[in-house]
Amino acid sequence: MTVNTQVLNDVTAFIWQEADLLDHKGYQEWLQLWSDDGLYIVPAEFAADDNYEDTLNLALDDADMRRMRVARLEDGESVSANATGNTVRMISRVRVLEAGEDLVIARCAMTLNEMRHGKLVTYPADVEYQLQPSADGFRLARKVVRLMHADSFLRTVSFIF
Amino acid sequence: MAANQSQPVMNKESKTMSELIEMQNVSLKAAEMVEEGRVHKSLYSDPEIFEEELDKVFNNTWVYVGHESEVPEAGCYKTAWIGRQPVILSRDRKMNLHVLQNRCRHRGATVCEGRKGKTKSFTCPYHGWGYGLDGALRALPKPEEYEGVFDKKDFPLESLRVETYQGLVFATYRDDIESLEDFLGGAKKWIDLFMKQGGGYPLKVLGEHRFNFPGNWKIQLENTTDAYHFPIIHKSFVTSLDDATADIFDFLHGDGFVEDLGNGHSVMVMIPELVDLEADLDQPIPARFEKLAEELRAEGKPEDEVKKLVRAAHGTGFNLNLFPNVSCSMAFFRVLRPVSVGETEIQHVALGGEGAPAPFNRKRMRLHEHFQGPMGFGTPDDGEAWERVHKGAQSGQDGWILVNRGLNNLHESKDGNVAGAVCSETGMRGAYRQYQKMMAAGEEK
Ligand code: FES
Ligand SMILES: [Fe+2]
Repeated sequence: MTVNTQVLNDVTAFIWQEADLLDHKGYQEWLQLWSDDGLYIVPAEFAADDNYEDTLNLALDDADMRRMRVARLEDGESVSANATGNTVRMISRVRVLEAGEDLVIARCAMTLNEMRHGKLVTYPADVEYQLQPSADGFRLARKVVRLMHADSFLRTVSFIF
Repeated sequence: MAANQSQPVMNKESKTMSELIEMQNVSLKAAEMVEEGRVHKSLYSDPEIFEEELDKVFNNTWVYVGHESEVPEAGCYKTAWIGRQPVILSRDRKMNLHVLQNRCRHRGATVCEGRKGKTKSFTCPYHGWGYGLDGALRALPKPEEYEGVFDKKDFPLESLRVETYQGLVFATYRDDIESLEDFLGGAKKWIDLFMKQGGGYPLKVLGEHRFNFPGNWKIQLENTTDAYHFPIIHKSFVTSLDDATADIFDFLHGDGFVEDLGNGHSVMVMIPELVDLEADLDQPIPARFEKLAEELRAEGKPEDEVKKLVRAAHGTGFNLNLFPNVSCSMAFFRVLRPVSVGETEIQHVALGGEGAPAPFNRKRMRLHEHFQGPMGFGTPDDGEAWERVHKGAQSGQDGWILVNRGLNNLHESKDGNVAGAVCSETGMRGAYRQYQKMMAAGEEK
């Protein structure tokens, strides 16, 4: 088996960049990563199929919802967002599933850590990325975060996975 | 405003220090921790009281276990809880509903894991005893060793008493309490109204959000009948709405009310215009539903049905709180489960119409995702407040939680019930009155 390490490096660099923006609350910059019709999706079941529109999700954000989600986290009116400190997420096991000219699909493992009222809360997840290559790097077309907690019970979330 | 309907205890002095110390040393009686306008914080934090609640409340009344649409066909099941006891809601071949203890009669393993599904039988994984969907013990491996020892028909999965109202399935361990309909009483009328949001189609569960919070279950029970918090804690949600919708949610100054429906149930009407979703069908289509209306027209729906579906898509303008564990909350079911004195699990169950046009059900799910669930724009702020209530309850010498808001402004409703302003704590008082009654049972002597 050969791995195209160039594509893998490009994809990993993008995913790390995105992870760093979210952990450090660079939400405005994060919004710029997206293509206009991109979708940020957190399914309500770990193994949900990809008919997200006809399924209840934890989040199914188009561009408008993403903007509103970010506004809620930034505008200081949400008591839970104000109480959320930094998150620290680890990304590993990055694998490129498809490397087309118009679309690159990759999958990785993520563990997000949050300190909540003095207690560490950890969310392991399987994350899928759909990236559109462009002249100035990738545009984020789809991000699907499959949380292990989705099959059980989450704590409430005032950050972006 | 009509005269007060009750003689509430108001402005009562806080208990003195010595009484407080006494309470900490003497074992607590939960029923004595409830007064007309206040409850003691030990109800949130005392593990012994919690154990007593499971026994006296959850094992002694009708507890919501699911909606019929979650087990639509023969062979369908879903797992649920009565307090801390795992149960299975199942539908047998004759389409009868059962609520079974999820516990093998041999050595006690659960016979069904997973949230829901379809099966021909429940087979215990340990030694292979097989039960029907009605709970009957059908077969077991190597039966000859039991010949003359016991008869299979005497060892079904234990079943609970089950009754339904408008598709809501409740179960109880008690064979001798009132019927479900009698228990629901004044709440039935509101359940009927709630069901209209299928838009002419039978109400159907579309999915659910699950989350937990480190706090006592009664903090959630109170919240569903608490309009006072809405514009404060949910400010960021209201900000995310268009102006017309934000106006609808600005209900504290409107004509809403909270009505005590008896047996711990209450209704909080926040948006009176949205009580009956089949009335006022000639209203213009609001901007945020214009896209839905277009999609419905594109599916060939006549204009009167488009208007009916759009109005139903809003959900109702009220929260109906059913003691002890479910509420029909505007557009969804809110189901709580007490896990321990300091942990509660909550499900926000999204609803739509069975056979309704896909754009209608999609819109319902998108609206649910916007506010509800652990990643909605509303719930995380509720969760933050509840967590702080729980934390705060560990501190302080004056250990009382106030539920006396609006005691000065009660009136009699059209149905003859005690009612207060929309942001009164009338519903909480109703719930605590029922709680007190149940917790006092057996202590009269
Ligand atoms: S415990 Fe169920 S078959 Fe033995
Ligand atoms: Fe709330």
